[in-house]
Amino acid sequence: MTETSGQRDITFRYFAWVREKIGRSEERVSVPNSVKTVADLVAWMQTRGDGYADAFAKPAVIRTAIDHRHVQTTALIDGAREIGFFPPVTGG
Amino acid sequence: MAVFVQRADFDVSAEIAKLTGGATNIGAVATFIGKVRGETDGVALQSMSLEHYPGMTEGELARIEATATQRFNLSASCIIHRVGTLLPGDNIVLVITCAPHRRDALAACDFLMDYLKTDAPFWKKEVTARGDGAWVDARTTDASARERWSKF
Repeated sequence: MTETSGQRDITFRYFAWVREKIGRSEERVSVPNSVKTVADLVAWMQTRGDGYADAFAKPAVIRTAIDHRHVQTTALIDGAREIGFFPPVTGG
Repeated sequence: MAVFVQRADFDVSAEIAKLTGGATNIGAVATFIGKVRGETDGVALQSMSLEHYPGMTEGELARIEATATQRFNLSASCIIHRVGTLLPGDNIVLVITCAPHRRDALAACDFLMDYLKTDAPFWKKEVTARGDGAWVDARTTDASARERWSKF
């Protein structure tokens, strides 16, 4: 929606130890348009501060959902309203 | 077909009655109940807290249930998963599957639990005498358990 300014607003939600390391459960963030895939997004998140660097230090153990559906790291984030980051699930 | 994420405990008999009451096409009911073990890696567990992704969890459980309904001949089913703080011996999850015949009920129940463990966004944190809580690591055996269903 703000393509001319080179970024778009996305709601992020964090769970389990990802939430604890970042220190918050939810936030709305302007993400540069140059960030295209989930893998790009994880790399960009690592640059946002100490808590983020810690939470996203090992991309292999980060799982991602776009608008409540599991996605792979190659997924495009364009059009996403909400993106969730969390560790592998441990329910049941 | 129903999914519930709740803090409260569940009553297995009442849930079975809800699914089977009045139905004449059900010849088999299978149930799975997951419970909190009193120890973890040889250390006594004090409590467990279960977190989930509100909004996504319900959608994933419904999707998993719909997949099972397409794959097996099911008459009715239900998944109830608890969240919040639980104590050793407490119930965590209930899966009930109802079918005309035994094999569909048993296989669908097993299938639902395998998919729930790899796809439903729940996370367990365990509190022991050692102090602060520790997040439970995902087991690779859960992923391989789910994988075996793709062979059929």
